[in-house]
Amino acid sequence: MRIDAVDSSDPVVQRLMVLGLVEQAEISFLRASHGGDPLEFRIFGTAISLRRDHASRFAVSRLATDGEPR
Amino acid sequence: MASRAEVTLPAGRIGVVRRAAGTIAVVGNPNCGKSSLFNHLTGMSQRTANYPGVTVERRMGRATVGETAVDLIDLPGTYSLSPGSMDERIAVGVLFGRVPGTPKPDAILAVVDSTRLYQGLFLVQQLVELGRPVVIALTMSDAAERDGLKIDIPRLAHLLGDVPVFPVVATTGRGVKKLAESFAGLLDTKPPGSISAWPELQRAVDELEPMLGPKAAGFERAEIERFIVEGETVPETFSAPVLPPEAEAPLESVRERLFGDEPPFAVEARQRYRWAREVLAEVQTTSSVVSRRSAALIHWINQPWPSTVLFVLTMAVVFQAVFAWATPFMDLIDAGMGAAGAATAAILPDGLLASFVADGIIAGVGSVIIFLPQILILFLFIILMEDTGYLARAAFLVDRAMRSIGLSGQSVIPLLSSFACAVPSIMATRVIPNRRDRIATIMASPFMTCSARLPVYALLIAAFVPSREFLIFNLQGAVLFGLYVIGIVGGVATALVLKHSALRGAAPPFILALPEFRLPNLRTVALKLLDRVRIFLRRAGTVIFVVAVIVWALAYFPRSDAVEADRVAARAQAAVTLEGAELETAFETIDNEAAAAHLAQSWLGRAGQWVEPVFEPLGWDWRVSAAVIAGFPAREVVVAVLGTIYAVGGEADEASLAERLTSATWPDGRTVFTLPMVLGLLVFYAWCLQCAATLAVIRRETNSWRWPVFAWAYMTVLGYTAALLIYQIGSA
Repeated sequence: MRIDAVDSSDPVVQRLMVLGLVEQAEISFLRASHGGDPLEFRIFGTAISLRRDHASRFAVSRLATDGEPR
Repeated sequence: MASRAEVTLPAGRIGVVRRAAGTIAVVGNPNCGKSSLFNHLTGMSQRTANYPGVTVERRMGRATVGETAVDLIDLPGTYSLSPGSMDERIAVGVLFGRVPGTPKPDAILAVVDSTRLYQGLFLVQQLVELGRPVVIALTMSDAAERDGLKIDIPRLAHLLGDVPVFPVVATTGRGVKKLAESFAGLLDTKPPGSISAWPELQRAVDELEPMLGPKAAGFERAEIERFIVEGETVPETFSAPVLPPEAEAPLESVRERLFGDEPPFAVEARQRYRWAREVLAEVQTTSSVVSRRSAALIHWINQPWPSTVLFVLTMAVVFQAVFAWATPFMDLIDAGMGAAGAATAAILPDGLLASFVADGIIAGVGSVIIFLPQILILFLFIILMEDTGYLARAAFLVDRAMRSIGLSGQSVIPLLSSFACAVPSIMATRVIPNRRDRIATIMASPFMTCSARLPVYALLIAAFVPSREFLIFNLQGAVLFGLYVIGIVGGVATALVLKHSALRGAAPPFILALPEFRLPNLRTVALKLLDRVRIFLRRAGTVIFVVAVIVWALAYFPRSDAVEADRVAARAQAAVTLEGAELETAFETIDNEAAAAHLAQSWLGRAGQWVEPVFEPLGWDWRVSAAVIAGFPAREVVVAVLGTIYAVGGEADEASLAERLTSATWPDGRTVFTLPMVLGLLVFYAWCLQCAATLAVIRRETNSWRWPVFAWAYMTVLGYTAALLIYQIGSA
């Protein structure tokens, strides 16, 4: 999927943007831990773990390639 | 290129001390293979210390290639030059030459993980803008090949402003030699050309340079960049010039123009990552990902349930190892120290010197190195987990559960290992990036039932808790289990209270890059392990040793001649009436009674009598009080002190000591060790921080006396209050 918009008001979200989670970046969802939190995403070869409330600040859209391995 | 080194260091003049041609900072993202590369480049020449005033480690070493030597500074891993954590603050401070005692680096070795080029490019942009010579090491080039990633290195070098780029494999050392050979020339090369990642920022710097630049206020261009993005000055701890007041208004107007209402960090991230994506599209090609069986296995094992099973198994092995594998070594150290003590007693005449050497020095050294087996074993596991990438996985798995008790996923391993010993576990809290979480974990650790509490528990439970069966439960077992639970409750409650008071703050970001599984490099593991041991011996070991000697002195002085005269007289009298085995037994009894009498009138014994009023409401007589005081430096000595004080000998077997305790009475004939008193004493032991080693390590890891003093006072008050309530309610 691709990130379309980021609510960047939260300093934590700004730190995530420094890790490359910015608009236009392509990411894929890998898995959730027990109880659905935290979540694991992959962005250009790096797996990043996010807590659910932080992940909710990112609006994403599906891409045709979604669902393929990695 | 290498001519300068040859000119300044002609072969004939190289003496014992060779001056380094310059200093190179090693910078890179966390987990990019930076430390392995540093180890390869510097080998055994590296040394570790702490930056002044903080717990961030400072690692320096020397790389020698041919006739050139350069000093390398390994900086803490960072994603950007916008400091978020203390580690990053230090990294940035060193790069700008603002950290007292650390030279400003002449050149930069940027370490970039080729499988994570995207994030690496963000930092590299900022490093190139420092305006100093840069060389790039592309690590994990083997993993990139395996994953079907192709990187056009000449193109990448060109896009980064014509900086040299060397592919290396940090774990095996492939390509490291070529990289090192570039160092000599590097110091003479021109800084890389500017890269047009964010031209607006460069223009803004141009505008401010006349006011803030090196010739005016003393800031470099890259530092002015940080002012623009961060809008604040460098931390006071750094020796930086202050921002001139007349620059404030222009700075504000530049910021307004560049960022508007947007958070500056967000704007910077958007700008720099847009450029990073463009570069990536040009230099990196991905061949269709080969589906590998190992990748599928790793994917499966990372799913929540398989991962949970793996976690439980791993923790069981770690727990077992720290508990059981360390025991034979600890017994060996114990026996070795005992033998050394006995040998001293045989050589030296009875008296002050013999006692000082055997019970002071040798026992003091023993009380330090007794921790080494557990520290070595726990850290071997932690370093292996760190270097394989498993530690981050484990944190991911348990994060939610740990958050419910106010801690975070990274706290789980230090907390679990504190069931064996709080000392290595507090040292292990370094894996927790958030400072508040780390302190909360440090404060919770000493509550967990460590192996040193077990002898005290075993003695008191066996002697005073009836061995009754209830269904499948034995009362003694249930009490022991209850003590473990009480410890956990105390620790969790402490963490929760602290996180809602002194350590309150926004939820830690838990930004966690989950590294790929990789095989650890044995050399790196060994170096890290050695480092831990050195730090423990130097920083904590000295305190533990000094405390051990002080306790010996308190128990030894003042020496009473009357007691000694009585002992000699009693022995002489026994020798007249008895012989053979009976005489030996009588001698032993006389010596034990003399030791008890000596202890009773020593400073320690007097302290016990002096504080008896304080502990009397808990049901403790002066003997118990003295033993408890003696146990404050190290709780496991309590059993030996009780043995001496009750005149059955310090090495007495548990049964005879237990028997003696049962018959102990107050002067008016009441029994001392009643069930409420014993239960109170047990809970006191569960909650009280009687361990100088733990205090020394808390001091070392928090870098202040505030936390160890607080922990000690808080836990002592808690233990005292609990014991008081149990005794008073139980005896009513």
